[in-house]
Amino acid sequence: MRTVTVVGASLSGLYAARELRAQGFDGRLVIVGDEPHRPYDRPPLSKDFLTGRADEDQLALTDAEETGELDAEWLLGTRARGLDARGRTVLLDGGRTVSTDGVVIATGARARRLPGDDLAGVHTLRTLDDARALRTELTRGSRQVVVIGGGFIGAETASSCAALGHTVTVVEAAPLPLVPQLGAEMAAVCAALHRRGGVDLITGTGVAGLRGTVAVTAVELSDGRTLPADIVIVGIGATPNTGWLAGSTLALHDGVLCDDGCVTSLPQVVAVGDVARVGGARAEHWTSATEQPRVAVANLLAGHTTRTVRSLPYFWSDQYGARIQFAGRRQDGDTVRITEGELTDGTPPEDGFLALYERNGRTTAVLSMDRPRPFMRARRELTRGESEARQEPAAL
Amino acid sequence: MIPVCRLEDLPQGESVRVETSPPVAVFRTDEGELYAIDDTCTHQDASLSEGWLEGCLVECPLHAASFDLRTGQPTCLPARRPVRTHRVTVDDGVVHVHLAAQEGTAA
Repeated sequence: MRTVTVVGASLSGLYAARELRAQGFDGRLVIVGDEPHRPYDRPPLSKDFLTGRADEDQLALTDAEETGELDAEWLLGTRARGLDARGRTVLLDGGRTVSTDGVVIATGARARRLPGDDLAGVHTLRTLDDARALRTELTRGSRQVVVIGGGFIGAETASSCAALGHTVTVVEAAPLPLVPQLGAEMAAVCAALHRRGGVDLITGTGVAGLRGTVAVTAVELSDGRTLPADIVIVGIGATPNTGWLAGSTLALHDGVLCDDGCVTSLPQVVAVGDVARVGGARAEHWTSATEQPRVAVANLLAGHTTRTVRSLPYFWSDQYGARIQFAGRRQDGDTVRITEGELTDGTPPEDGFLALYERNGRTTAVLSMDRPRPFMRARRELTRGESEARQEPAAL
Repeated sequence: MIPVCRLEDLPQGESVRVETSPPVAVFRTDEGELYAIDDTCTHQDASLSEGWLEGCLVECPLHAASFDLRTGQPTCLPARRPVRTHRVTVDDGVVHVHLAAQEGTAA
């Protein structure tokens, strides 16, 4: 391979570029990014960056020294428009093309929007530019903030807005937020954090529309209520950025379909991060985005799948002064056992708790609130359990 | 020089956080060696005293960055900057930390 093009200059794109060099690729390395920025870390955007505790230089994922060592051609502020049927030409904005031997697709996902959300005061929170705009608006005195969506982005953003002294309401369409991630029992416990942070949580009602002519003035709920709002933050999930691949021969279905080794239907095209549906699952997790590139690049350089991604799902969230960490593969019907800390009336104690999800006497997942040490132990045991379970059939 | 705790109150393989500014983490390895480093991971806000200690390496509890307690250098991503190291002594059975000078201060 003489040229490899990494499309996407965020976390997984940068990790892929690093892996290419670390695994001995010494050819031409092209990195295409639609944002004008060098790779930066997104998780702080809804937390310390929004509250002003962290600034942009602390978001940088790389520095001049490393950038020099990577020896890549950076095409930033440049959107990829297409990939030819053989996966040998990347078409860029303005008609430019890059001829390439290998492609790493790392185009991520974009924030889902609401109809009519082009009113002033309506924000999404995905990119640095989104966060800059919201941060600026949050410094203009006390405002009425409505956050649409009670997932992790919604909860973290609501928490940050409340910490800045704004009046915040979170609207969640489901009866309870985070049920798919945590299960109903623990989702209820985490939802109690909103109250602790002085934030109203309205559940079980959707949004009928946004009111306002130039700037947003209110959010109309589907149950007939109207919430006055100066600022609306739409946190209703993300859509993988696959539109540019429409003319390619790659299989697309809520992401780029890959095997367990991040390899697409073309052996010289791999996909990593939020855009990749690896072995049937698409994880929008920071840790997946950092772990997949090692395997994807090994397979890309080998020309076929030699390795597979086998990492235990892990994610964390900081909200209302609490740190939530989750690892494992829980299923509906798992029983939940609190092994540290004590819940009173379903609300989490100030010093946190640890919960194990169990099925047939085995631990399937672990959830921690402010109990990092036992969480780490449990997460390691889960990882070890998975690798032993994998080795058993091979030993037969 | 800051007193931390009695040596017998810091078993091997354990760590303790000292609420200095910035906070410091003191580790006693499985081999019984004592080390002190800045407690906050250089990648993002997480307490290394709550990390996973293995030999002379500690793994951050949030994103698994790893630091060498002897040098403060990161041994893997996502951390790229070192943590400061501090000298540790035991005087009359009490563990003490001698804070290294802050960068940019005269000491």
